[in-house]
Amino acid sequence: MTAPLLEMRRVVKHFPANGGMVRAVDDVSLQVAPGETLGLVGESGCGKSTLARLVMRLFPPSDGSILFDGTDLTTADRAAVAEYRSGLQMVFQDPFASLNPRETIGRILEQPLVVHRRGGRAERRDRVNALLERVGLRPEIAARYPHELSGGQRQRVGIARALILHPRMIVCDEAVSALDVSVRAQVLNLLLELRAELGLAALFISHDLAVVRHMSDRVAVMYLGEVVEQADRDSLWDRPLHPYTRALIAATPSTSPAARRRERLMLQGDLPSPIDPPRGCRFHPRCPLAQPRCREEAPALRRVGATEVACHLA
Amino acid sequence: MPLLEIRGLQTWFETRAGTVKAVNGVDLSIERGETVALVGESGSGKSVTAYSVLRLIEAAGGRIAGGEVLFDGTDMLRLDLASLRAVRGNRIAMIFQEPLSALNPVQSIGTQIVEALRLHRDIGLRAARERAVELLELVRMPSPRERLEEYPHRLSGGMRQRAMIAIALACEPDLLIADEPTTALDVTTQAQILDLLRELQGRLGMAMLLITHDLGVVAETADRVAVLYAGRVVEQGPVETLFDAPAHPYTRGLLDAVRIEELPPGSRLPEIPGMVPSLLALPPGCAFAPRCPRATPACDAGPPAMRAGGEGRLHACFNPWLSTVEGRVPA
Ligand SMILES: Nc1ncnc2c1ncn2[C@@H]1O[C@H](COP(=O)(O)OP(=O)(O)OP(=O)(O)O)[C@@H](O)[C@H]1O
Ligand SMILES: Nc1ncnc2c1ncn2[C@@H]1O[C@H](COP(=O)(O)OP(=O)(O)OP(=O)(O)O)[C@@H](O)[C@H]1O
Ligand SMILES: [Mg+2]
Ligand SMILES: [Mg+2]
Repeated sequence: MTAPLLEMRRVVKHFPANGGMVRAVDDVSLQVAPGETLGLVGESGCGKSTLARLVMRLFPPSDGSILFDGTDLTTADRAAVAEYRSGLQMVFQDPFASLNPRETIGRILEQPLVVHRRGGRAERRDRVNALLERVGLRPEIAARYPHELSGGQRQRVGIARALILHPRMIVCDEAVSALDVSVRAQVLNLLLELRAELGLAALFISHDLAVVRHMSDRVAVMYLGEVVEQADRDSLWDRPLHPYTRALIAATPSTSPAARRRERLMLQGDLPSPIDPPRGCRFHPRCPLAQPRCREEAPALRRVGATEVACHLA
Repeated sequence: MPLLEIRGLQTWFETRAGTVKAVNGVDLSIERGETVALVGESGSGKSVTAYSVLRLIEAAGGRIAGGEVLFDGTDMLRLDLASLRAVRGNRIAMIFQEPLSALNPVQSIGTQIVEALRLHRDIGLRAARERAVELLELVRMPSPRERLEEYPHRLSGGMRQRAMIAIALACEPDLLIADEPTTALDVTTQAQILDLLRELQGRLGMAMLLITHDLGVVAETADRVAVLYAGRVVEQGPVETLFDAPAHPYTRGLLDAVRIEELPPGSRLPEIPGMVPSLLALPPGCAFAPRCPRATPACDAGPPAMRAGGEGRLHACFNPWLSTVEGRVPA
């Protein structure tokens, strides 16, 4: 096996909250190989964006280590971190909040090229315009400010900004959620092309399981701060082992509007509080198969065939 | 009389490069209790239409250049600020597309819900706080009582969206404008929120203008759908017949592009080729013609008028696809 491009080892992130600690990410280990796309799915609030922010070093982990291309960023010097930053880029879940409101789109896109001394002025302009076009935006957008765009246009600016430096890996946090199906197809096709041509690796977070399936080589499923199952795409969809993964897949709506009125199997109950997660297996209060053991003993991730799963019953 | 009737709405932005004609003659009406979905390409004018109805567009730098917005018989475009404020958040509420920029970053979400309530209702602080907990429970916020004190940046994307939905529902509006209300939600929470909205519609007769790019949500939720392209409605009608047999080539392109699960993973996805025209210089003819597989020279000459297609359907196209199911032919 090739050395991973990104490696998270037993990463923990706790946030202080009134009455305790939010265990947003709790002992997560993940790897992404060069050129690979790892999908990350799970209910709202399970810790996906926190994980993405940890990877980007927007805040330090409470525990554990994160290695990019073999360099541990918690201990690396400034030059190594700068290099890592240009090789690893992120598309944020809230596009507006991630764009500087006082800069034009052209300037926002050009800035990383200036900072990293890539190309002359004309070359930079060409790159900005070419990338705008690839995400379906007209060149006139470059003169506008972020508030003068639509939601989906801003999201595409975020994608273009993440790609402008030719990163080796991109973290996409709900990166296509504000796009209509045709523009979404255009952006996803662009990511697929960059993967095929330049070996772009990705951590791909989305609530849209059909999109995750289309884009990912492997998929990790999170529940309440923990990874509960991880497998290659086909194993995960054909033979999901964790009851939570099965529930997620069963609840996926058909993308075909005509089939939408069909009944779906919905997961019952709500995501428990991450401040005071259930003892034993965190999923047990909602699990249709729960046994007495599940209430007492937290299952560890273990290998079953091609899959890693944290369930006593798998 | 419809609850909301938009007639010939035009909303423009003056920029250094010229006038951006974002909304260009939109006609749309919504009955009490009805859900009308507004779909269309990113940048086609969905949010600007919504902002125009509430007259929030002036603050966003836009100008309503023409048309009427009749809400319960009153023209919103003629209301003074005080009367507008009495309507906003009360009789018409809006769920904004980007929760993080719509929520106040320096106020807890509890305070924001309480303020929304106390602005329009004669309700004590204590009762308002209890109501806020109830609302957060309704929108399936986990640990609602504890979350009351939480600030927006400490919530996950989906929690922020739910907090905003709670604020919008606080005063039980007659019309809810929901701009991409479920984009940050997982499918289970999404289904719960859509059930909640349906329940409110049944109980209160609330009408909804639902803006979404998720055609599955449209099929599940809306009675009628209007398709926007470059600031104009190009097709509208009842959801079922329109999705079964789209007349406008743009609608058809959208429906073809949706089939992601039917394709082999990793394969190229179908897109509508080309790009939307510049809103600074719209073509004299049909704005979709440059990308349209059915375009003829006539399409470039002048804009197609809205025509009736039967069964409550309307389309603005010179060469529509016609339903072959019953062997109908062009009018
Ligand atoms: N800065 C913060 N301070 C305190 N708590 C936080 C912070 N950021 C996230 N959290 C909490 O951590 C948990 C996980 O949040 P996160 O944003 O990672 O979820 P998510 O999986 O991305 O959800 P969504 O799908 O809704 O975006 C939530 O309970 C959230 O309230
Ligand atoms: N302040 C502004 N100045 C100039 N142009 C603007 C401004 N606000 C919006 N626009 C333009 O108006 C058009 C319509 O924008 P709107 O936000 O209504 O799109 P939308 O249909 O909601 O798209 P999305 O699905 O991406 O949210 C877009 O092309 C946008 O660039
Ligand atoms: Mg998130
Ligand atoms: Mg919008």
